[in-house]
Amino acid sequence: MAGAPKGLHRAAGVAEMVKVGDDLLAAIGGLPAATSPLVVEAEGIHKWFGRQHALKGVSLTVRRQEVVVVIGPSGSGKTTFIRCVNHLEKIEEGRIKVNGHLIGYQEVDGRLKEDREKNIALQRREIGMVFQRFNLFPHKTALENVTEAPIQVRGIREDEAKALGMAILARVGLAHRADAYPVQLSGGQQQRVAIARALAMKPALMLFDEPTSALDPEMIGEVLEVMKELAREGMTMIVVSHEMGFAREVADRMVMMDDGRILEEGTPEHFFENPQQERTQAFLSKIL
Amino acid sequence: MGRAVPSSRVLRPASALAGGLALVLAGCGPSSYQYNWNILLDSVIRPDGQILSGIWLTLSISIVSQIIGIVLGVFGALGKMSRIAPIRWIANVYIWFFRGTPLLVQITFIFFGLGVTRIYQWPPINLLGVSIPGSIQAGIFALGLNEGAYMSEIVRAGILSIDPGQLEAAKSLGMTYGKAMRRIILPQAARVIVPPLGNEFNNMLKTTSLLVIISVPELYVTFSRKNASGPTVFHPFELFLAAAVWYLVLTTIWGVIQAYIERRLAKGVAGTPATGGVSLRERLFGGRRPEGAPQGSGGR
Repeated sequence: MAGAPKGLHRAAGVAEMVKVGDDLLAAIGGLPAATSPLVVEAEGIHKWFGRQHALKGVSLTVRRQEVVVVIGPSGSGKTTFIRCVNHLEKIEEGRIKVNGHLIGYQEVDGRLKEDREKNIALQRREIGMVFQRFNLFPHKTALENVTEAPIQVRGIREDEAKALGMAILARVGLAHRADAYPVQLSGGQQQRVAIARALAMKPALMLFDEPTSALDPEMIGEVLEVMKELAREGMTMIVVSHEMGFAREVADRMVMMDDGRILEEGTPEHFFENPQQERTQAFLSKIL
Repeated sequence: MGRAVPSSRVLRPASALAGGLALVLAGCGPSSYQYNWNILLDSVIRPDGQILSGIWLTLSISIVSQIIGIVLGVFGALGKMSRIAPIRWIANVYIWFFRGTPLLVQITFIFFGLGVTRIYQWPPINLLGVSIPGSIQAGIFALGLNEGAYMSEIVRAGILSIDPGQLEAAKSLGMTYGKAMRRIILPQAARVIVPPLGNEFNNMLKTTSLLVIISVPELYVTFSRKNASGPTVFHPFELFLAAAVWYLVLTTIWGVIQAYIERRLAKGVAGTPATGGVSLRERLFGGRRPEGAPQGSGGR
């Protein structure tokens, strides 16, 4: 799985210089319109995997244009949490609202009932997700990966979607690879295509699930550049990542999770200069 | 067929065939059987209308039954994986029944069983001016249903071989389960499904001969009838050898088509097209697979 097979086209071994356009969101017509000042409102989320209590009452609010970086040891529930935000995981207790709408559930007589699949799909349109392992569609080119959902889900005309896709790919520095299949792209390029694919749906919120941890070290920079640009332009983001340089530079808030709970919350300065919890100090000292 | 040839792997397939035949003939004691090689030659080189229509019938029944099998297979696979329990039960019972009973029993039950009880009497149907007799309809129905049960398992294995991250990515882009299946999962699963599907169709071409039991005049029945009456009566050696040649022609042509389809479907997989796909020689006569040929889920 790790290395590309011999004979495959690969990006040059050295770090690729990637120019990220400073008008990334212009490609999708600017920042999506605000529907609520609070983009994410998660309240008392409990999640069980069988007998394992993965989330033990997580509450988190993300305001519009805010960038929240979630850190924590593996198994602390940070990935599970953001997967609950777009209902890739069911929750057993609590409520998650995105743009003021309850996600994945309908409230019937004060009790939560799982929503119809169609409604869940409608809600997910507004939430972009970037995965650790990219999850690009291998049978489609980079451009087709980006245009698939706008055409199939939003019903945009094919030529419009292509123009949109090319505009985004150009801004993440991949216009010249639009016709390449995912296997022909380096990990960093694949992840940038994945970000472009999520952006093409013009989401109000972007979720990043350890977007750089499956990458070779020399490719991390190019992906972080794109994410930083998104953050600077005001995209609302929840990022599960241990890239402390990134957090220091663009995070408005950091959240430390441990054992299914939010242990500590604060600005990057707070975390890097004066973390309160012993567990946070120990964790940060290991990864910094 | 005498497989007395020692290290047959060394010999080329054609000479192995000839050698095996020679051994079989040499091993026979004196017999009053009069070989008439013209029957073999004529049947293969100058097939008469009876043979040609037999070939045509075998081919068309195989294709229609296989298509029915594929469609049923997709529904069977999705049914078996459905979240709704009754749908799962129906799919499971269907697959269980048709994989668990002999095809011969299914064919006779569907044609004779449904017929005599007047549940369905298989009247001929007119399709584009061609009258299709009930036996052919029943044969296609039985073969298709049987094939669907096997295809269900093949399609299901294909779907399960796709990285679950693909479905998650499709869903998080706002696709419904159905759309994600059609646009993302099934096209990728097709790559995994095609090689076993090819084997299934190869089998189908030959299995149609079981329709002899309901007298569908396909390829095997044609030769069987030639053996029973007419100028070529009681020449089973030449006639059934000729039948074998015709089945080989059909399966060989299919092998070529299958190799082509597999190469087409390999796009987006590591190591293609330069080293991917299966060469014609490997397809027909077996042989080593390309070393380290990647199989299964994409996305590296």
